[in-house]
Amino acid sequence: MTSTSFLRLCLLPLGLTLIAFFLLPMARLIVTGASGPLGVNAYAAILLEPRYRATLFNTVVLATATTAATLAIATIAGLFLQRHRFPGRSLLIAFLTFPLAFPGVVIGFMIILLAGRQGLIGEVTAAFGQKWVFAYSMQGLFLGYLYFSIPRVILTIMAAVEKLDPALEEAARTLGAGAWAVHRDVILPALAPAFIASGAIAFATAMGAFGTAFTLATNIDVLPMLIYTEFTLSANIAMAAALSVGLGLVAWAALALARSFSGGTVAAAG
Amino acid sequence: MPARLTFTVQLLFTILVVCFLIVPAMLSMLAGVTVNYFQGLRSGLTLQWVQQVLELYTDTIVRSLGIALATLAATLCVGVPAAYALHRRNDRLSRAVEEIMTLPLAIPGLAIALALLLTYGGFSDLRRSWMFILIGHFVFTLPFMVRSVIAIFAAVDVKTLDEGAASLGASPWRRFWDIIVPSARPGILAGSLMVVTLSLGEFNLTWMLHTPLTKTLPVGLADSYASMRLEVASAYTLVFFLMIIPLLVAIQLFADRFSLQGARR
Repeated sequence: MTSTSFLRLCLLPLGLTLIAFFLLPMARLIVTGASGPLGVNAYAAILLEPRYRATLFNTVVLATATTAATLAIATIAGLFLQRHRFPGRSLLIAFLTFPLAFPGVVIGFMIILLAGRQGLIGEVTAAFGQKWVFAYSMQGLFLGYLYFSIPRVILTIMAAVEKLDPALEEAARTLGAGAWAVHRDVILPALAPAFIASGAIAFATAMGAFGTAFTLATNIDVLPMLIYTEFTLSANIAMAAALSVGLGLVAWAALALARSFSGGTVAAAG
Repeated sequence: MPARLTFTVQLLFTILVVCFLIVPAMLSMLAGVTVNYFQGLRSGLTLQWVQQVLELYTDTIVRSLGIALATLAATLCVGVPAAYALHRRNDRLSRAVEEIMTLPLAIPGLAIALALLLTYGGFSDLRRSWMFILIGHFVFTLPFMVRSVIAIFAAVDVKTLDEGAASLGASPWRRFWDIIVPSARPGILAGSLMVVTLSLGEFNLTWMLHTPLTKTLPVGLADSYASMRLEVASAYTLVFFLMIIPLLVAIQLFADRFSLQGARR
């Protein structure tokens, strides 16, 4: 056997399995999306039908808020951890990366323990009079997505901080820039590609994550829950398919953007 | 001293973030071995909840381990040769194939699961079997295996080794087993750890693909969160942590060691 045909043979299982288990099903999903009573207009209905549009809007707002909050938190903590050496630092980093591969369902449970009916926040606030329980709502989901995104965003930002050129900051300082000006004009702009890359991952994940919302409450009005209820409860399979295609496109676009800036592999999960 | 103050404020902030991530995990581990979580630790420690979990859910644990190993076997058989071919050819076709293969990382699991259900849900034997879940896990984890093996091929310059062996007259088959697979070992190991970890925790696809008779561990977890008392749900989560944390630590150690080697090179 020649080398060329051997290489072709090596690719064959990948090609066949991708076609059978990914491309064909995806094509079927797209076709099914247009096969309901609305026809191809099902795709337009995502934007035109008030109920779907409201859900889409909610999801985008939630994902944007998650991304912004995660970036702010991870930048402060990541800059600090990369810039200072102190006892216990590596332990803090280990703890920050520890939830990296927790599935969404487990993260939902973590939020219930934190802010649910028997949760820690509820216990503590009950001592001050008003018991505070917000796990089973949009705020709970926001907290869950923060939990999910902080570890991966912190890792990206720490890696980017490590690669910063300290000479630039020194130059700025010699020219008389204060700590705030150095951050605003030198450090943060240099971290922009890392912000875009990791922000897009956080955004795509928050758009498509299903497990956390599923654990917290089935009536939280976000896109993955809408797809799930359309499919299982209303048996509106065509609309569920159309919404899935829409969701997939948004998540894919966000990650494609991230990749064009970072050049690395990025993955959404949860 | 302002510098001292900024340091302290930032440290406190970072510790707060760490607490947000760690405290609920600690609470859940504790709740899993507490007699009555509502009364707290005063009620005493017990293994009865863990025992109850093992009685109720052992089948899900065994099934998840089985599916994870089957997913590993499938991604190894398909992924390692594919990684070799993609790395050696590196032409437009192979780049397109790689691009398509990576898509399941970007598309939410719910959409992929729905697509699989629409296409193969009608084959009732397949639909009822755990193999249906295996297909989903395979599609979702394959890119991790292929990417991690390709990364090693690029690092050890496998092309030169391969061409050298070819010029000495070794057949493609022999080169694959004697040169390619041994050089790819660190990548295969890293990819395998990743595949097993992801498969064990996969929920988004699995929830749509499972049947009452093919529940996996994360599906069981979701069940217990919805219908069991908090202590049982926590004990079940504890069992999951015990399975997944050694894998996470191994991935971390492996990544550290490999990046050190990379830096030395």
